[in-house]
Amino acid sequence: MENEIKTTCLHDRHKTLDALMAPFAGYDMPIEYAGLDIEHCAVRNSVGLFDVSHMGEVEVTGPEATQYVNHIFTGDVSKMHNGQCLYGMMTNEQGGVVDDLLVYRYNSDKYLLVINAANIDKDIKWIATHALDYDVKIADRCVDYGQLALQGPDAEKTLKAVLGIDGSSLSFYTFKNLPDGEIISRTGYTGEDGFEIYAAPGRIVDMWDALVAAGVQPCGLGCRDTLRFEAGLPLYGDELADNITPIEAGLGMFVKLDKPEGFIGSDVLAKEKIEGPKRKLIGLEIEGGATARHGFEVLDLEGAVVGHITTGYNSISVGKNIAMALVDARYGTIGSRLQVKIRRKTAPATVVKKRFYTPNYKK
Amino acid sequence: MEKIYYLPTHEYVKIDGEFGYVGISEYAAKQLGAVTYVDMPEEGDELTANEEFGAVESRKAASDLYSPVSGEVVEINEELVDNPKLINNNPLEAWIVKVKINDFAEVDNLMDPAAYAEFCEKEH
Repeated sequence: MENEIKTTCLHDRHKTLDALMAPFAGYDMPIEYAGLDIEHCAVRNSVGLFDVSHMGEVEVTGPEATQYVNHIFTGDVSKMHNGQCLYGMMTNEQGGVVDDLLVYRYNSDKYLLVINAANIDKDIKWIATHALDYDVKIADRCVDYGQLALQGPDAEKTLKAVLGIDGSSLSFYTFKNLPDGEIISRTGYTGEDGFEIYAAPGRIVDMWDALVAAGVQPCGLGCRDTLRFEAGLPLYGDELADNITPIEAGLGMFVKLDKPEGFIGSDVLAKEKIEGPKRKLIGLEIEGGATARHGFEVLDLEGAVVGHITTGYNSISVGKNIAMALVDARYGTIGSRLQVKIRRKTAPATVVKKRFYTPNYKK
Repeated sequence: MEKIYYLPTHEYVKIDGEFGYVGISEYAAKQLGAVTYVDMPEEGDELTANEEFGAVESRKAASDLYSPVSGEVVEINEELVDNPKLINNNPLEAWIVKVKINDFAEVDNLMDPAAYAEFCEKEH
C-alpha cells in the first residue's frame, strides 16, 4: 500500500500563498512561491524564509552520549564546546554515507542530531541499533520540532526586528536555547549567513506568520537546491549515498580519523585516504545552454563513460552552466577536459572547483 | 480561423496549409517556469508523431518534447536560441519547429482547444 504523503505544520500557509507544491522525501513541500530566481536572489541579496520542518531531530542523552555519538559520527564531538554545532556524516561499515547531519552539543551527556527527511526511518533504525552497547537514551523528536531557516545577509537584522531575537551573540555554527525552549543556531544550507530555528509546531507557525507579514520572501525547495549547489554543499541522494564515501565526496575535512576509538567505517576510510579514492566529486563548467542534470553520463574525450552528473544548473549567481559530477578519480584534475551526454547530444566540459560561489558566512 | 490541436503532453500544432508549427501550450509554459534553453532538432530531421524530438528546460526541470505530427522539420525557430523566454511571453507565437506534415489523418488523434482545456482542468 502506498504511504500517505506527510505535511509540515506550515502546509496551510503554503496553500494560502499558492505555492507550487511537490512531493519531497515523503512530504508535500513548497517548491516555489514567487519564482525560483526571485527567491534565490532574495537569499543572496537580502533575506529569505524556508519551511524546513521536514528535517528530522533525534536526541541522544545519557552518561555515554559523547562516546556513543563519536562511534556513529565522523566528527569528534568530544572536542566540541557546549552550544556548538558540527557538520559530519554517519558512515556504514564500508565507509558509505548513511546520512549527513548536524550535531548540536548541549553538554557531554546531551546531543541533538539533525538528519535528512528522506532518511529519517533508516537513520533512526541505524542510530537505535548501534546504541545497544552504550548507556544512552535515544528519543525521536521529529514531531516535537518544526523548523524555519532564515537565510541571507539581512537575517540577523530581520530576526531582531521581527521576532525580537538577538542573534548577534551567535557565531557561525553555534546555538542557544531561547526562554521558551526554542533552539536557534547560526547555520544554514545556502552559502549565506543565516539562522535555523527549531520550535514546537504552533510556535513555528506564529514566527512564520510574523516574518511573512513583515515582508520576508518565502522560499521553496527549488531555490534551496540552487543555493546549496552553488556553494558546493552536498545533498544526500545526489552527492552522497550509502555507496559513496565522504572521501570520494571531498568531505575529508569532516572525517576525524584520529579519534582513539575510531567510528563505524573508520578503518575503511583511513585506508581510502592513504590510497586515494577511486572516484572523486568534481565541479564541471559546461559549454552550451543545455543543463546537465542528475544521472546524465560524463564521458572522456573518446566517449567512454567515466562518471555521472550528481546535480547541475544553469546557475543564477555564477551565471554559468555548471554541475557537480562523481567521476573516476583519474579524470578529476582541475582543468581536465570531459564531455557530458545531454539527451542525444554531447557538450564539452571542463573540470573546475566545485565551490562555484564563495559563501558569505559570519565567522 | 487558425486551427490548433494538442497532445496530452502539452505540445500544440498550429496548422498552416501543408505545414504545422509545433510548440508548447500556455499551461506547460506556466508549469515549467522561466525557460532557460530549448533543445531543438535540426532542419531536415524527420519527426514521428508521439515521439520525443527535443526538450524545453527551465531552471528546475527539463521537459521532453513530443511531436503531435509526423513530418520533416523545414525550419527551427532561431529566435529561441538567444531568447528562450519568448516561450513564456507568448507560447502560442513562440513555436519551436515548423514541420511539413506527412499525414493529416494524425491530426484526428489530437485534442481541439476545448478538449485540451478540459484535460488541463482535470490534470490540475
